[in-house]
Amino acid sequence: MIEIKDLHKSYKMGSNSLHVLKGINFSVKEGELVAIMGSSGSGKSTLLNILGMLDELDEGSYTLDGVPIKNLNETKAAQYRNKFLGFVFQSFNLINYKSAMENVALPLYYQKVGRKERQEKALKYLEQVGLKEWATHLPNELSGGQKQRVAIARAMAAEPKVLLADEPTGALDSKTSYEVMDLIQKINDQGNTILLVTHEPDIADMCKRIVHLKDGVIIEDKKVEQVRASQYV
Amino acid sequence: MFDIERWQEIFDTIQKNKLRTFLTGLSVASGIFILVILLGFGQGMQNGIAAEFEQDAATSVWVWPGVTTIEYKGLNPGRRITLTNENYEFSTHLLEESIEYQSPRIFVRNVSVNYGKEALAYGIQGVSSQFQQIENAKITAGRFINYHDEISTGKVAVIGEKVRKDVFGDLETPIGEFIEISGIPFKIIGQFKEKEEREEERIYIPITTAQKAFNGRDRVNNLAYTLAPAKTFEETVAQAMQFKKDLKGYLQSAHTISPKDDNAIEVWSAMEEAKRFFNLTNSIKLFFWFVGICTIIAGVVGVSNIMLIVVKERTREIGIRKALGAKPWSIVGMILHEAIFVTALSGFAGLIFSMGLLEIVGPHIEVDYILNPSVNFNVAITTVFVLIFAGAVAGFFPAWRAASIHTIDALRDE
Repeated sequence: MIEIKDLHKSYKMGSNSLHVLKGINFSVKEGELVAIMGSSGSGKSTLLNILGMLDELDEGSYTLDGVPIKNLNETKAAQYRNKFLGFVFQSFNLINYKSAMENVALPLYYQKVGRKERQEKALKYLEQVGLKEWATHLPNELSGGQKQRVAIARAMAAEPKVLLADEPTGALDSKTSYEVMDLIQKINDQGNTILLVTHEPDIADMCKRIVHLKDGVIIEDKKVEQVRASQYV
Repeated sequence: MFDIERWQEIFDTIQKNKLRTFLTGLSVASGIFILVILLGFGQGMQNGIAAEFEQDAATSVWVWPGVTTIEYKGLNPGRRITLTNENYEFSTHLLEESIEYQSPRIFVRNVSVNYGKEALAYGIQGVSSQFQQIENAKITAGRFINYHDEISTGKVAVIGEKVRKDVFGDLETPIGEFIEISGIPFKIIGQFKEKEEREEERIYIPITTAQKAFNGRDRVNNLAYTLAPAKTFEETVAQAMQFKKDLKGYLQSAHTISPKDDNAIEVWSAMEEAKRFFNLTNSIKLFFWFVGICTIIAGVVGVSNIMLIVVKERTREIGIRKALGAKPWSIVGMILHEAIFVTALSGFAGLIFSMGLLEIVGPHIEVDYILNPSVNFNVAITTVFVLIFAGAVAGFFPAWRAASIHTIDALRDE
């Protein structure tokens, strides 16, 4: 599903250049649930942004579902994001004047799905995350956990190849974190490929594979025995 | 533009951001409103001034004799000039071609006027039959003095509306009643209305009667003419100027007055005055346009300001939309579409409101020099489109900038 070879990325900070990713080789197969771990500054978010086509790579190659991702302009990147990727952010990033259902339906709007079908699909995904009754509520009427579940429903609504989650539990307490992880595991059980960035070991342990990043290189890449989140809920 | 999905998306956004929409709309609507009202009043002033001049015939020319101030051909200054019947007749022959109506006038002074036992204090003026057209007097009953009255020195009188009200208020009609002027009975044959009440306090009698009965000999106090209007305003003015010059020249030579002496013969032309006022109203209109356009510019600046704030406020939302697959052009399109829609709607609202106000209130405005303020619809609608266009241009740059912000930067925006 994802193939990364010899990936380099550096940022210019005035006259200095900050080398963030120093040759990453990494691949993800379909149906995997991968945690990318590392302390802050290890380059894990940069890696996720490159995977999400929110940022461009300097060197190396990136292939997503057999499509080489390079020389993207904004329009092309937007198209690929819409087609291949679903995003879940630490700060939820819901549009605050749109109801839960409208938020979930938004990626479908950019896929040019008709209004009626959009609403049906949005409701279906909201039901999956257990928030069907909250469909008409605005984000500020929802708790943090509920917001993140709406965000996950939105990411899933576009039926992406890969779900990218950037610290999805970073803004939540442990109990809510486990609820969200439970949901992510269930989505993974359905065969969806998921990458998530986290710095919490207990969250990482709930994935099937952990990739450790330090100072821009992968220092550890191991399969783990998945801890089911449902037992904590 | 005709994408129904985008319309729905925009209606959603507008509905959920009422204050923002309202403020944008208000600045546009008030800009248009102020412009239309200003233009309306500019037109109203022009109408009002035109109406002031309609009180008398617009092309009237009046001659008022005065006192000489310059020594000329051995004659001392300080001579009082008296016009005569001969002056009148000669001038009408001389300038026959451009004259439409003509009449001499004499003020009958120091006479007693009675109706029965009641003494009346109204001005008696001896005039000829065409004086009615020159004064633009409307006959409301009976008739005006006619040619027959003039040659037969008829003892007839035409009274103003004010005189009728004051003196004959009890009677159904004053026509057929007799008033006595210096003991001579005059039969009332008509009554007239004027725009100004001051001019309704007059009693007209035939000039021949006035001269004969009250020792006026062949003296005349005023000469009055109206000129046949030419095709355009400018031509009519030019014609009036020429007429004035010719008439003055003749009268000056007839009375041996220095051509430089402006005091001895005063010729007043309504056209010339009108032109001065029209020039003034044109300047006022120009000024109103200037203020109006400044208002519109302020409106455009307001719209661009709001657009900038809107885009700033929505940066994060734009980031989210881009992460979900929105292309840059669809972001620009969305923001512009919303801006144009709001500007257009509020622009037309301002237009309709202001034009409605002018339409309803305009005809009731009773102030000197302002009459029926109104505005050319095409002009008004053009300004609305200019504003919409300007709003779109003003909105484009912030929208484009926002759409080009890197998605991660937009998402980080707090």
